[in-house]
Amino acid sequence: METLIEFFTFKYPNIKYVLFGSILLAVSSAIVGCFTFLKKKALVGDVVSHAVLPGICLSFLFSSQVLKLPEKNPFILLFGAFVTGWLSIVVIDNVVKKTKLKEDTATGLSLSVFFGVGILLMTYIQKQGGSSQTGLDSFLFGKAASLVGDDLILFGFIAVFLIAVVILLFKEFKLVSFDSSFAQTIGYPVKALDLILTTLTVLAVVSGIQAVGVVLMAAMLITPAAAARFWTDNLQKMIYLAAGFGAFSGTIGAFISYVAPSMPTGPWIVMVVSLVAMASFFLAPKKGILFKVLKRKKIQKMILEENILKLFFQLGENENNFEQARSISNILEKRPFKLKKLNWALQKLKAQGYLTKENDLWKLTKEGYNKGKRVVKLHRLWEVYLTQYLRIAPDHVHDDAERIEHIITPELEKKLESLLNFPNKDPHESNIPY
Amino acid sequence: MDGMYIIITAALVAISCGLLGCFLILRKMAMVGDAISHAVLPGIVIAFFVSGNRETVPMLIGAGSLGVLATFLIEYFHRKGKLQTDASIGVTFTWLFALGVILISAFADKVDIDQDCVLYGEIGLIELDNWILNSGFIMGPRVFYVMLFITLLVVGFILMGYKGLYFTTFDPVYAATIGISTALWHYLLMGMVSLTTVASFEAVGAILVVAMIVVPPATAYLISEKLKPMLILTCVFGVIIALGGYYLAVWIDGSIAGAMATVAGLLFAIVFFTHRIQQLNRSKIKAQQLSEI
Repeated sequence: METLIEFFTFKYPNIKYVLFGSILLAVSSAIVGCFTFLKKKALVGDVVSHAVLPGICLSFLFSSQVLKLPEKNPFILLFGAFVTGWLSIVVIDNVVKKTKLKEDTATGLSLSVFFGVGILLMTYIQKQGGSSQTGLDSFLFGKAASLVGDDLILFGFIAVFLIAVVILLFKEFKLVSFDSSFAQTIGYPVKALDLILTTLTVLAVVSGIQAVGVVLMAAMLITPAAAARFWTDNLQKMIYLAAGFGAFSGTIGAFISYVAPSMPTGPWIVMVVSLVAMASFFLAPKKGILFKVLKRKKIQKMILEENILKLFFQLGENENNFEQARSISNILEKRPFKLKKLNWALQKLKAQGYLTKENDLWKLTKEGYNKGKRVVKLHRLWEVYLTQYLRIAPDHVHDDAERIEHIITPELEKKLESLLNFPNKDPHESNIPY
Repeated sequence: MDGMYIIITAALVAISCGLLGCFLILRKMAMVGDAISHAVLPGIVIAFFVSGNRETVPMLIGAGSLGVLATFLIEYFHRKGKLQTDASIGVTFTWLFALGVILISAFADKVDIDQDCVLYGEIGLIELDNWILNSGFIMGPRVFYVMLFITLLVVGFILMGYKGLYFTTFDPVYAATIGISTALWHYLLMGMVSLTTVASFEAVGAILVVAMIVVPPATAYLISEKLKPMLILTCVFGVIIALGGYYLAVWIDGSIAGAMATVAGLLFAIVFFTHRIQQLNRSKIKAQQLSEI
């Protein structure tokens, strides 16, 4: 508790730098990441973050050997990073356009070659020695915990710039991300907008890479957007959510590395945001995996129950006696169900008032009879519809009807009835009950 | 010859990664190789922590299982969660890599693994770690023998499973109708990629593994669309890259892995531009023929 208070009251100025730096970085890359995610170019961030390395090394060599500057100049380094990061995207686009290689191959190619060149240059610089080169490798793995006031100012500027551009061009970006061919048709400068979006991505990567490092920078762009996508279909809400997830994980990451100083900030930010994403994948309403599984189970149960009622109706139809009580083995003779599921469904149908049970024998109630009749009617009506309107052979229509009978709504039912004019027989000469 | 073992080991890495890479890029799964090469990190750290040293077998088991877990997670989020593939890859491997880095920091005093080593390896140092027989006879670098074994395994896998790999890569529907399981070959291939990645990892690091999986097959694919010539060309390029990379690294005194990726990029650039010039010439000739008509 004491450390918590210590942390959030900024007992040491360093806490403030690390905390705000982490939050600014996480929020601005999360916002830009939403657009690259929607354009299905999530891995662009990964490529750019690897590709900035040769730029950083080259501009370091330029500033130390040509300009003879004694210290690292962050602006020259960032400029170099910007140039090669940008170049890597140009390479991908050209390889995809001009050859038969696919996007994934071009991405891996650009990423690994640029990074390889970067590593070669960096090891070359390190062997050259010199005190000014120390710290270059913070670009590789990131050192969020050593953020200082100057970095924060730089982060702040870039973050404000990114957010301002996104707000100004929100409508344009939205259209380009969702339907760029439509945007092109109605006269939007799609190429220019793509260019701006790419530039923003490169900027976000270049500014963030010192804090979290090459590999994890990709996560700062992709993961919050992927998590947010599971909660909403609205772009504006998605951006707010992604930014929120980013800010949350930035805060927790900074806090963890404050409590346990041996723990790296960047990887913890990524860990937290990844856990948020995993939770979203499973638990989000409507899109979450758990929700989908439950919904499917529910539908399967409904289908099973309707099939049982249908079966009772068909058995009654055969014997012309709907009042007959039937045992479980009677049911299984006609149609194989899993015994456990069948028992469970019978109990449930009894509770709902569709069946009654006496001495282990089951019987349809009035409601059960009506519901079973409706399913049989829908099945046979659909078979008539398929043979009459779609000209499908009568022996091919059963499977389709078996599925659709559970789905047709009362409105559709009325339409079918009036369209087919209440036919008496289905294609297999069975009566259609009304 | 100086650095003979280094060159041969690098060539073995290039050949085994490249051969598998051919199938990956044809299946549009090049980035899965990237994902696996990063995702094995926690497996390596845990194996190191459990066994207490750099024994090869626990490392291969630990990292191999993490690699397969990563491909499973990518598939799972994509299929069940309807998350687009690129995002599914991105989220999964960065998460596992972050876990690996955190584990390294947590066990820093017990686990002797460098982050640098993870990213770009130390192939220059393999000659320091020799396989010594009980009789005291020095067989040569341990990594060399590991890679030799892996390369034989990969070549054997491709020769034995050529039909299955071929059909599931080019025509999965046809493969399914003649009774070849697409899922089985998918996971077999992924298992081999994980194993190779992990074995190569120690020598050349994550990035060179990606470079070797993607770049030589991509270059070969520009020259030939047929699978067999593509596989053979990939091996040839692998050897050229190993030789060229080693001497480039010696010349400018830098990382061998980085130099090999650089040479691979240069090789691709040369083939790419020749390819472009041919294309342009062809379209020029066509334009001429058209204007003559």
